[in-house]
Amino acid sequence: MNKQSAAKIRVANLYKSFGESQVLRGVDLEVHEGESMVVIGGSGSGKTVLIKCIIGLMQPDEGKIYVDDLEISNLNEKGMNEVRKKFGMLFQWGALFDSMTVWENVGFGLRHQTRLKEEDIRRIASEKLALVGLRNVEDLMPSELSGGMRKRVSLARAIAIEPEILLYDEPTTGIDPIMADAINDLIVEMREKLNVTSIAITHDMKSAYKIGDRIAMLYQGKIIEVGTPEEIRNSSNSIVQQFIEGKSEGPIKVVDPSLLMMTSRQIRNEVREQRVEKNDGGGV
Amino acid sequence: MLFGQILGWIFRPPLEGREILKQMQEVGVRSFPVVIITAAFTGMVLALQSFTGFKRFGAETMVGTVVALSMTRELGPVLTGLMVSGRVGSAMAAELGTMRVTEQIDALYTLATNPIKYLVVPRFLAAMIMLPILVIFADIIGILGGYLVSVQILGTNPTLYFRRTWNFLELDDLYAGLLKALFFGMIIATVSCSQGFSARGGAEGVGRATTQAVVLSSLTILISNYFITALLF
Repeated sequence: MNKQSAAKIRVANLYKSFGESQVLRGVDLEVHEGESMVVIGGSGSGKTVLIKCIIGLMQPDEGKIYVDDLEISNLNEKGMNEVRKKFGMLFQWGALFDSMTVWENVGFGLRHQTRLKEEDIRRIASEKLALVGLRNVEDLMPSELSGGMRKRVSLARAIAIEPEILLYDEPTTGIDPIMADAINDLIVEMREKLNVTSIAITHDMKSAYKIGDRIAMLYQGKIIEVGTPEEIRNSSNSIVQQFIEGKSEGPIKVVDPSLLMMTSRQIRNEVREQRVEKNDGGGV
Repeated sequence: MLFGQILGWIFRPPLEGREILKQMQEVGVRSFPVVIITAAFTGMVLALQSFTGFKRFGAETMVGTVVALSMTRELGPVLTGLMVSGRVGSAMAAELGTMRVTEQIDALYTLATNPIKYLVVPRFLAAMIMLPILVIFADIIGILGGYLVSVQILGTNPTLYFRRTWNFLELDDLYAGLLKALFFGMIIATVSCSQGFSARGGAEGVGRATTQAVVLSSLTILISNYFITALLF
């Protein structure tokens, strides 16, 4: 793999909290040009928050993010939009616009960022759909697609504007193992054909080994280890070992010990209260 | 806050023409039957009620004036606003709320499209343009409903009824109603879209946002109605 020293994306000392809970506590990460970086970590470890900060969907509390040596966390809307044109993102559940057909979804970025004619947009959309292995789906609505197909369409939409950087949010979650492997193949293919830099977040180790040039483990809001798949597999860090082998016993606690003392009814109430609090905080 | 952002984006070309037309159809054309039925029956009941009252001091012929004034100044815009906030406001909040919780709004950002410009501005403009148009129809239908009841059921002289309607109705009455409609359109779109945008936490959150959108926009319409009336008085 060609590893140039130029950092395409550099995350420095990133902090982000929501109310009381500190999700990111000083994340440092460097992704080189043309490299495929996989960030692994358990549910709630802040992977999604990290990726959303990188593409500017969330503002970090502290720390800096550089894309092509440009610091992005203080950019205004217009500047941020220019940066976002370098990105394509595959969302966990696809996030397809359900009021539009498949090809309109794929062509959305082209329609809004270029002056291409309608026929050309449709043609390019079909090409990108073919690239992700989908044919004759152009006029279907997203609701008519299976989970795996939605992810493929979402990927086609992400690559339609030929981005330099691709972000994958849990690319293999929620689909069957065979389809998951097909998606992994696609991600590898994208990197080889389009020569993009990519960041994927996942907790699927099989996927991580397959698509990653390097893997970084996020734990308790920090990157605790970065290395090639081989280095990660042989890591001496017991937290990393527990995670990649998927054991419930070890330094990572599966449940908050205080919860073990509660009855199921208490847990249910606790969860409900937390949900209400969260909603009150977010809404008007 | 959203209102300020909307104003910021409205004057920045290009406008999403296709989206605006789609929303105008949704807000205007599809609300037409509901608004017409509401207005017709309101005009009819107004005629019945005011006839009963006016008969007591022998002023039955004034029914036409009362129906026309109440419809144009007050009931046309307010009832249309309430019906549209129930029909369209709920739809706006539910649609944007679903887009929020399924990350479609995030997806818009990643495709370098501002969701306020793309989603909210077209709805805002459509509601602002279509509400006054709906109200014009509501006024006409309401007056016709009052006419129908007065002439067909209560036996008022048709010429007299129309003369009483026209002679006392001024253009100012119509303008006052349309100005209200314009504001109500802005209220419905702004409140409903901001509720949709702030939806969190799956289907439950979308449901709550939808309810809030209808309740808040209806209340805001009723309250602002008083103040607009007081200002124009």
